[in-house]
Amino acid sequence: MGFDIENYVKEQAKSNIILFYKGNVDSDVINHVLDTVEDKMTEVNEQSKLRKKVYNVLVESLQNLYHHVDKVPDDFEDQSSEKYGVVVVQKVDTGYKIITGNFVHSDNIEKLEEKIKRINRSSQEEIKELYKFILNHQRISAKGGGGLGLVDIARKTGNKLDYSFKEYSDKYSFFYLNILVDEEVDAK
Amino acid sequence: MEPIIIEGTPKTPTVKFDASEGVFEIKGRSIPENSVEFYKPLVDWLDGYKETPLTKTVVNIRLEYFNTSSSKCILDVFKKLEAIHKAKNEVEVNWYYEEDDEDMLEAGEDYESIIRVPFKMIEIVE
Repeated sequence: MGFDIENYVKEQAKSNIILFYKGNVDSDVINHVLDTVEDKMTEVNEQSKLRKKVYNVLVESLQNLYHHVDKVPDDFEDQSSEKYGVVVVQKVDTGYKIITGNFVHSDNIEKLEEKIKRINRSSQEEIKELYKFILNHQRISAKGGGGLGLVDIARKTGNKLDYSFKEYSDKYSFFYLNILVDEEVDAK
Repeated sequence: MEPIIIEGTPKTPTVKFDASEGVFEIKGRSIPENSVEFYKPLVDWLDGYKETPLTKTVVNIRLEYFNTSSSKCILDVFKKLEAIHKAKNEVEVNWYYEEDDEDMLEAGEDYESIIRVPFKMIEIVE
């Protein structure tokens, strides 16, 4: 199977999909996704602790897309989306899974992967210190991100960042981040 | 000084900065994409207040959600308060968090460990 976003999503998230979106990730889309997921969680009376965690992590995932996606390849089917991204939210037994996907130019892969690996090598205590360090020392970038999104996701979920790069062409890959927000958050 | 009064929206907090009472409040959700745009006027206003602050300033932070981009801006707000405190004025930060919201408590503790201003962590019990 070659490059197929929907197929990948179907493999990763088979059932209980609360939301699936692909296209331009602008401010209105972010609002809509947040409202939809928040309403769904309220509807099923999700406990507030998990609800808040999911909401927080979803905000960071969406805004990571908003601030950091690379532009779509010239031959990609959707040329109208300036900030093309994929968002999937799935209910799983222990909580919720949030999958995001976006194009990354091959020049930027190494840097992104290095950042994720650094987070994944760190203990929860180290992640907390890393968060505080970046908070206190790094300015907000030209793109508007604070450089804290992935660190915050790792800290709040207490889980490793599960990710993959699917090659699109020699210049572009599609980056998937597969985030589990579960109830076992006390076992940090 | 003219007070700052901003009504909250689903993505930005309610803000009340009143120089005549020395009570500042940020409340609600702070999750805008562009947080600098929202917070810059607040930080600038505090720069003015810093010149002639009251002997006691109380800051109430009662956030339900905030994103990482706001977290830097909130730190900038606290840095102004730290300068006021350093100039021998009393400053007190009340950091509210909802029962069970350990992430919000931890966020307050992060700031407490970075900023040299007395913090009070206050649990909201529903």
